[in-house]
Amino acid sequence: MSSYAKIVKDGLWTNNPGLVQLLGLCPLLATSNNLVNGFALGMATALVLILSNTIVSLIRPVVRQEIRIPIYVMVIAALVTIVELVMNAYFNALYNILGIFLPIITTNCIIIGRAEAFASKNTIRLAAFDGLMMGTGFALALVALGAIREILAQGTLGDGLHLLLGESFRGVHLTVIPHYQGLLLAALPPGAFIGLGLLVAGKNWIDTRYKARVAVVGAAPAAA
Amino acid sequence: MKTLSSPFLPVTASVGQVMRDVLIALAPGVVVYALLFGPGVLINIVLAVLTCELIEAAVLKLRGRALKPFLLDSSALVTGVLLALAVPPTAPWWIIVVGCGFAMLLGKHVYGGLGYNPFNPAMVGFVVLLISFPVQMTAWPSMHPLWDTTDAVSGATALDHVKTQLSLERTLSEIRGDTPLGLFAGRGWEWIALAYLLGGGYMLWRRTIRWQIPVGLLLGMTVIAGAFWAYDGDRYASPLFHWFSGATMLGAFFIATDPVSAATTPRGRFVFGFGIGMLTYVIRTWGGYPDGIAFAVLLFNICAPTLDRYLQPRIYGQRRDKPQA
Repeated sequence: MSSYAKIVKDGLWTNNPGLVQLLGLCPLLATSNNLVNGFALGMATALVLILSNTIVSLIRPVVRQEIRIPIYVMVIAALVTIVELVMNAYFNALYNILGIFLPIITTNCIIIGRAEAFASKNTIRLAAFDGLMMGTGFALALVALGAIREILAQGTLGDGLHLLLGESFRGVHLTVIPHYQGLLLAALPPGAFIGLGLLVAGKNWIDTRYKARVAVVGAAPAAA
Repeated sequence: MKTLSSPFLPVTASVGQVMRDVLIALAPGVVVYALLFGPGVLINIVLAVLTCELIEAAVLKLRGRALKPFLLDSSALVTGVLLALAVPPTAPWWIIVVGCGFAMLLGKHVYGGLGYNPFNPAMVGFVVLLISFPVQMTAWPSMHPLWDTTDAVSGATALDHVKTQLSLERTLSEIRGDTPLGLFAGRGWEWIALAYLLGGGYMLWRRTIRWQIPVGLLLGMTVIAGAFWAYDGDRYASPLFHWFSGATMLGAFFIATDPVSAATTPRGRFVFGFGIGMLTYVIRTWGGYPDGIAFAVLLFNICAPTLDRYLQPRIYGQRRDKPQA
């Protein structure tokens, strides 16, 4: 398996930051109350992750081993500040909704984790690609959890789309369950924990089923 | 007859026997409930029991477990009955179904089924409902005995009423004659609580439950309620009121004593009950919800393993001062 294909598989599935590594749970649980919020924070995190992986890989030759962590943190903090300022300027309403969870991307373990575990040991191209895939994997987990919680809590999907796409999209959303009473629990913090637990369980279940099928297919010719 | 060597241990009752004793003990409370508040509670019980048994059967089948021993041990039955007793009798049917679903799936089977659940399943279901559907879950009917031919109306429960009126700066002696209050606690509810107490006595006599949890719970509540009542009897309700209001009696004898999720050492049980009693009073008096039994039980369910670990009984023959491994 080429290393690019492995990076894709790791980031999106086998080593998904949200569902397998269980890193960055604080923003994952806090901002996944609907699809749009989850998507926005996922994108912001992915952007920071791509840039930080690139820069950490770039400065790899000149960073001394003893002080690498403070340097990574400063690089990440600078990048988060840029993303935060950009969001404040162009997506002000979303910026206000996400609040503290934008600046604390700095302390998100996924970003420092990938810098330390991958970017500091690989070439710029591989590091940037890893950032893209890990970021996408995290964003997918956020979007999935956001979608599940929004459907259970409000019966809609994509409520608040105008925050992302501009005023012409105000009120555009999918009503999944009409005349829905709403399960308030899904919108509250316990709903986030239960939802994430179910997502992780679902992923493990798919893995087990896949493994069992591969075993059967692999064993069949030998038996024949 | 075969000769056996010592130690001679008493035969412990099977799960099914314990659960059936619990159901017998609940009967007087249910009868009084139905007489004073109408037959709604019976419909809820039937619906909850059917839903719970159905979910239990479906999950057992999915998990590839034997259906018969688990379905016949009545544990799902008890969960259903307890949940139905905790939900207002006028609640819509889907409330019960959703609550049973959460109780059986997230309260019990995700942890591995009967015997492995760290939390009381019925209370998990109840708290999910209370948090998710506050409007339907707090609409309690006023007392409406079977022999009363007027239409039933809903009204505040005693705990709710006392809380609201105290926040409006009325004193307890001023509101003594108000509708939701009965002779010594909630109108109508006090008799149901007495019936639960009777059932609890039956379970103690049958040794289905040990005395530590209920006594600890009621004592814990008495200590803190008594202290505040003595300090200012116009702002803090008496221990007697708290004993017979809300779910105290149901909680003390039927909910906190769940053999799976409660503490199991003698001293651990007492501390477990005592803590629930005190915490319930705290939630009732200063918390956001009128009653606190469910939250207190769930919080102490988490503490139960720790309590058991640090309150192990001394092994016979071991020295008192020596720490046990």
